Amino acid sequence: MDVFGSFALLLAFVCALYALLGGIAAIFTRHPLLIKSARQSGIAACCLIFVSTLSVVYLFVTDNFSVAYVASHSNRDLATFFKVVALWAGQEGSLLFWCFLLSVYIFSVLIAYRNKHGELMPYVGAILAGVQLFFLTISNFVANPFKSLAVANASGGLDYLARADGSGLRAVLQYPEMIIHPPNLYSGYTGFTIPFAFALGALLARYPGEKWIHLTRKWTMIAWCFQTIGILLGAHWAYAVLGWGGYWGWDPVENASLLPWLTGTAFLHSVMMQEKRGMMKVWNVWLVFITFFLCILGTMLTRSGVVSSVHAFAQSDIGGWFVGFLIIIMAVCLGAYFKNRDYLKSENQLDSMVSRESSFLFNNLVLLVACIAVVSGTLFPVFSEWFTGSRISVGAPFFNKVNIPLGLLLLFLTGVGPLLAWRKTSAESLRRNFLWPSTMGVVGMVVALASGVRDLYALVCFALCTFVATTIVVEYYRGARVIHSRTQMNWLSSAVELTLRNTRRYGGYIVHFGMVMIFVGLAGQAFNREVQKEIPVGGTVNIGPYELLLQAMDQKQEKNYVAERMIVEVMKNHKPVMILFPERRNFPAGEESGTMVAIYSTLLEDLYVVYAGVNQGSTVPTIHVFLNPLVKWVWFGGVVVVLGTLVALLPSRQAVLVLAGGKATEPAAGFVPAVQSPVSLREGHD
Amino acid sequence: MKKQVKFGVGIGVILVSMGFLAWMGYGESKTYYHTIAEIETLKGTAAAHRIRVGGTVQPGSIHHVTGRTDFVLLGEGKSLLVSYTGNDPLPDSFIDNSQALVEGRITADGHFNAEHIQAKCASKYEAAPGEVARPAPAKS
Repeated sequence: MDVFGSFALLLAFVCALYALLGGIAAIFTRHPLLIKSARQSGIAACCLIFVSTLSVVYLFVTDNFSVAYVASHSNRDLATFFKVVALWAGQEGSLLFWCFLLSVYIFSVLIAYRNKHGELMPYVGAILAGVQLFFLTISNFVANPFKSLAVANASGGLDYLARADGSGLRAVLQYPEMIIHPPNLYSGYTGFTIPFAFALGALLARYPGEKWIHLTRKWTMIAWCFQTIGILLGAHWAYAVLGWGGYWGWDPVENASLLPWLTGTAFLHSVMMQEKRGMMKVWNVWLVFITFFLCILGTMLTRSGVVSSVHAFAQSDIGGWFVGFLIIIMAVCLGAYFKNRDYLKSENQLDSMVSRESSFLFNNLVLLVACIAVVSGTLFPVFSEWFTGSRISVGAPFFNKVNIPLGLLLLFLTGVGPLLAWRKTSAESLRRNFLWPSTMGVVGMVVALASGVRDLYALVCFALCTFVATTIVVEYYRGARVIHSRTQMNWLSSAVELTLRNTRRYGGYIVHFGMVMIFVGLAGQAFNREVQKEIPVGGTVNIGPYELLLQAMDQKQEKNYVAERMIVEVMKNHKPVMILFPERRNFPAGEESGTMVAIYSTLLEDLYVVYAGVNQGSTVPTIHVFLNPLVKWVWFGGVVVVLGTLVALLPSRQAVLVLAGGKATEPAAGFVPAVQSPVSLREGHD
Repeated sequence: MKKQVKFGVGIGVILVSMGFLAWMGYGESKTYYHTIAEIETLKGTAAAHRIRVGGTVQPGSIHHVTGRTDFVLLGEGKSLLVSYTGNDPLPDSFIDNSQALVEGRITADGHFNAEHIQAKCASKYEAAPGEVARPAPAKS
């Protein structure tokens, strides 16, 4: 099977090469057969990658320890489930997996648009094949997952050998989040390839109009959704597994996943300016280019160890390849831009500071500045070494100082932007739209103050959260009221109907609401508390309203590890609440140990308990307890964001009475008597 | 023209204040990477910086004392005595022969006072030289 898979991978390389070269030839010659063959070669490459990936999984499941990758990431006792997901546990496999997910996207695009957009698709196909080719080069020639275990013998040749058992899957990876986190994140990373290919293809082909934006909107949202899920799952994994009490530590790998999310979010917003007003064309194209660039950069940071290690490139053999690829991407993008930049001329100018356009502009600015801050902070060691010779890193204070105010500004814009009119907003509409939200914002702040919040950023955050949430509720109420008064449906069905009539707009509001919830959770970080203590059995430790009693210690033998547990009784205000079992797991296969955090989670706060090991001197176990307020809001908010994105992906229902849409659908004055719906006042809102 | 000026001012305010905050955050958290051999040669202000240094944990050198953990880091033929006094529990991968990255300052008597430790298990990574550990961060 290893030969088979390896051969499929090589054949995929050849097919992708043909799809690229044949595609380029097809663009110049316009020969229909050449176009068709390039496309089919692209499809074949995808299928071969599927086959090759499946054969790696097969090697894992059948315990083929003659393959180096399998031997170093699995062992016989590992549950079959983990054997399958061990595919993405290490370098070679995860790069192949990256390629696999990319191929799923490419395959869908090539099939879905096979008889459409004849002018554009050859360009798109060739660009996609080019990206695929890079990853196939890596998987075939640099980090091949099918490499056999071999040792050099005395005569200089190689002896193949198979090990009786593998070294096992890394302990920290044996958690459910780790199974679903990488596929989501990679689906995000790879997904942005599609809008990139369409944007670059449209630019190269001088494809008329805003067609590429309409074509790629869904793909961008799917990629964005996966990226969001991936980031949050990663955060949740860090929270539940690493045992340091937090979920975001500005680690280079975390930052790498955040970067394309920031620019992707900026892109999702700024394309609306192009759709509605024909502005920001250059900006949009570059946002897609940069998002894709950051996806590749992120993959490189994650996989090559440029930053997290002390010894820059020394320990990695793929960093150089990625740098080369990044340079090629930049060169192609710059070349295409300078050749065809007249195609991107803006049709309109900004009219007013208080307008939808300017709120989008500032939204983009904030996201971009945040992105630049995160990039520069993450790559600071690399840059400082270039410029000053000494390697300097920056830590969490740097990232927090910049990103907290930016995040709050963004939150503010989330509330303000959707309520501003295109071009110019009148003072009257400002007053009407913002009276309630501002009042509620002030109320939110007062309530927070009264409940003892003294941290400035947290106060502002709570005030803004109530402000934004109110704008969304008011918008929903106004829209639903129109439907309610006309159809006599109840309020809930009216709200659902409203959402389905303009999924893009109201899906967007749901996403915004989810973001508000996430911000509530983030603000909770200001009040984290922790205590670490050595406690003997029978001893107690106090934190906030909780008292924790260590009842006993025990050991549990599992198939793949030995668990050492603390049995901790939790009491709140002297009443027993529940028993928690923080564990340490020792994995004999890899001579590793892992932490299993026990969390008692409520909407208000998380009680997070870590068994921090035994003091070697006194043999007394150490307990580390954190009290983290509002953490659950982050995860719930994430779910809401994802739901909102899914709603926004639905096609809008065509209602008899069109509330939203183009200019032609503005209701006549007599049509909506008395209720001058703010929804219909703004043309083409999203 | 007037509106361009307004936008310019708005953008300028954001950029300048962010630049200022970034500069403050930089001053607060900048940490210099050094090798073990370089630490001996540091003088004056360079020795007062926050420093991050990596090396291999000398087998048998880990001693847990109340309130701190002492161990010896080896690298480039030199050794460095480290006392970890951070609040966070030691990472699970911190064992004999593991590769550790410590962050902290040099004390007056020449040993290294670490506030943070990241560690990765060496044996696990020999098989895959390009592999990056997602180090279990002992974070604040």
